[in-house]
Amino acid sequence: MPQRYDAILIGGGHNALVAAAYLARAGRRVVVLERRPLVGGAAVTEEIFPGFKFSVFSYVVSLLRPEIIRDLELPRHGLQILPLESTVVPLDNGDHLGLWSDPDQSRRELARHSPLDAEAAPLFGRLMHHMAMAVKPILAMVPPDPTSLAPSDLRGMLRFAGHFRSLGAERFHALHKLMTMASADYLDEWFELDCLKATKAASGIIGTFLGPRSPGSAYVLLHHYMGEIDGAFRAWGFQKGGTGAISEAIASAARAAGAEIRTEAPVERVLVRNGRATGVALGSGEELAAPVVVSGLDPRRTFLELVDRALLPEDVVTAIERFKFRGSSGKVNLALSELPNFSCLPGPGPHLRGAISISPSVDYLERAYDDAKYGEFSREPYMDVAIPSMIDPGMAPPGKHVLSAFVQYAPYQLNGGWSDARREAFGDAVVNTLARYAPNLPGAIIGRQVITPVDIERITGLSEGNIFQGELALSQLFFLRPLPAWASYRTPIRGYWQCGAGTHPGGGIMGASGRLAALEILKGSRA
Amino acid sequence: MLKTTPFHSRTAPLVQGQAWRRWAGYMVASAYELLHEREYAAIRNSAALLDVSPLYKYLVTGPDAVRLLDRMVTRNVTKCGLNQVMYTTWCDVRGKVIDDGTISRLGERQFRLTSAEPNLRWLSLNAAGLDAAIEEVSERIGALALQGPLSRAILAQLCDADLAGLKYFRLLQTTARGIPLTISRTGYTGDLGFELWVDASRAVELWDLLVQAGTAYGITPAGIWALDLARIEAGLVMLDVDYHSAQHALIPAQESSPLELGLEWTVSWDKGPYNGRSALRAERERGAAWRLAGLAVDWESLESLYREVGLPPQLPGIAWRTSVPVYRGGRQIGYASSGCWSPLLKQFLALAHLQAPHFAPGTPVRFELTVEHRRLQADARVVKLPFYDPARKRA
Repeated sequence: MPQRYDAILIGGGHNALVAAAYLARAGRRVVVLERRPLVGGAAVTEEIFPGFKFSVFSYVVSLLRPEIIRDLELPRHGLQILPLESTVVPLDNGDHLGLWSDPDQSRRELARHSPLDAEAAPLFGRLMHHMAMAVKPILAMVPPDPTSLAPSDLRGMLRFAGHFRSLGAERFHALHKLMTMASADYLDEWFELDCLKATKAASGIIGTFLGPRSPGSAYVLLHHYMGEIDGAFRAWGFQKGGTGAISEAIASAARAAGAEIRTEAPVERVLVRNGRATGVALGSGEELAAPVVVSGLDPRRTFLELVDRALLPEDVVTAIERFKFRGSSGKVNLALSELPNFSCLPGPGPHLRGAISISPSVDYLERAYDDAKYGEFSREPYMDVAIPSMIDPGMAPPGKHVLSAFVQYAPYQLNGGWSDARREAFGDAVVNTLARYAPNLPGAIIGRQVITPVDIERITGLSEGNIFQGELALSQLFFLRPLPAWASYRTPIRGYWQCGAGTHPGGGIMGASGRLAALEILKGSRA
Repeated sequence: MLKTTPFHSRTAPLVQGQAWRRWAGYMVASAYELLHEREYAAIRNSAALLDVSPLYKYLVTGPDAVRLLDRMVTRNVTKCGLNQVMYTTWCDVRGKVIDDGTISRLGERQFRLTSAEPNLRWLSLNAAGLDAAIEEVSERIGALALQGPLSRAILAQLCDADLAGLKYFRLLQTTARGIPLTISRTGYTGDLGFELWVDASRAVELWDLLVQAGTAYGITPAGIWALDLARIEAGLVMLDVDYHSAQHALIPAQESSPLELGLEWTVSWDKGPYNGRSALRAERERGAAWRLAGLAVDWESLESLYREVGLPPQLPGIAWRTSVPVYRGGRQIGYASSGCWSPLLKQFLALAHLQAPHFAPGTPVRFELTVEHRRLQADARVVKLPFYDPARKRA
């Protein structure tokens, strides 16, 4: 007799852990099955070089839902978010642009470059605040199906429509622009300073296969602003011990609620009988039974690999095959013997405790995208650099440092394919680009880990290395994520559910997909 | 002009926003950086370096030093071993708290008392007929608090003493690169931490040593704003904020007993006579009328009050210290005396004085909240103190 559970969660990523915790708290007997020896999916901390710990993939937390932090009492389980304050942009002329958390300091610094932008910035911030406030409730909402006449869908659409009506004309129009425009174009309406526009636009391209001049990139800009409206709540920053410690905190909360978590337990396939999920078969041959099976994996694996596609309607199979992943980013993790010394701000200083953005101009970003469009990695990539050991000294041996560089673009589909040599060439492009701004960097490197989208896919299982489990493009959001009619965490197979970032509201260490899926499952089982 | 501490030549250049606070006639940094967030984070994440020199410090020596202190304070000082530190309150004869502080046994017949306010007169009055010398050493000794999970690792760079063996509320004498030093495993943050007591003439040298040894461990000078957040999370009361000295109270309602402050554990019931003993015994018999308790404000309730005016909750960045009414069943049953938004626990917390019987953990109460100039009430509940108590504090 296979071991029986109320619910089985496939994959130990943060969304599945969140779902497991909510289900366990509701009294369900649940098990989480993770293929790797550690939980977290793309939110893991690993000691890649002895004494040097890295948030190997996902490296900052910005959108973790406050209600999850509260419901699961995550601070009691180890959640500790440390402030990551500034963003400094080294410029090609040897100067820099600094965006600091103190408003006076930030305004003065901006005014040095553009007095007009210095005054526009807080106004832009206020608009983004209102936009984010408008969009935020949607994060906590199961997407209604706009084509359905079911009462729950109609109610959802009414809430949705009422919500937008309440915005007023001006903000509604701004929202519409954000939803459709290119971030560079949108920012042109506000600012004149190229490096400022580039740096703000950069948050609109992270994780997507879009450039700053691609329509739709403005929405991703907004997506990243959402973390900031909980400003005082401070759910964004750097997790002590790296992002793996967030996964551990959620896992600890799940265990405390009674959930079982098994690592090195890869799921081979979901067992289906008479159109109903009945359990899973593990790689070891062991079978586990449960009336509810929840996949935390991305839509391609959930629909096309874990179940026999013959069990699914043909249109669903086709639509999932068309779902866009197209991983576009890589990561370079460096172990350093000394701090990088930036020519624009020599010596140690507060800038080394914040983000360093390699985004000197909009053209620079667009050129980086041009390389990727035609199947090459960017020769001079956009980078979001952080030195986590400056914030949490425990990440490296005393006096030594770890540097994390999120790099774009590194297309999954590289001309000629990724190889060890191509990976190292990509790593060289990253180090050489950084060395232009911090010449001592190459000599300080003790260890170097270069991660391409192919590596992300190989290690975490994320299809095509897309960090969001599928692009955050408007065509793949809300009631379209991952599919029209299957955006409510269900699948065409009864008892088989999805809870990963490939469902609404999607990527980042947010946990919202996991929570909404669990609440939907619990609602279903009550009926 | 306010006085400056022995560390002033080092701290002053670091205070970016000229944010100073008065403390016992001294000026100490409220915050060194423009925002105190990182200074607070250091207390819970790496190590914060705090100048606590303004504490009043008295050396009590002589054959009757134990008797003097034991007669004065509520704790049983006869049980204080060599190199032990005791936190205690002391009361007037009516059992109302005058002050609170620590007693360190530096020698068989030598103690150091720290306090928030001047206590030379009260010590002298209590010393009547006893063979004990009292000397105020406040200005002679510089005091630093090194608080946070990496504080021990930093000190270990500087001295050979057995820091791993130094238990909570114990002290040791050592030298750090030639500077004579007393290290006590004490603090006002509720975290792993130490307080360092050094001759004022060598204070600056010690500061420099610590900063040098601590840089690789993220040592961060921290001001009073950061400390205030940590002490509220740790549920530690502050004189003149959470209670008033019985020697300054103008009316009885302004006074508090140790029982009312939740400090019953510092009161010895079986030792010999001391100030306030019979009053405290009687109070224990009938039960305290008030008690200091923790309050956690319910987030959903807070959020809904702000949502009505179209705002996300506006949370205080620094700890507040104004009196806030607390209600139950439509009637005021107490007041909060200080509180903060805990950056670590992600909770809106307060220390509150509640009337019996409303102080049992779990009791639902209402907390007055001013939202856009309107006085409203948010749901809150009584929670056990301390709010935050990491294992490493004692481990």
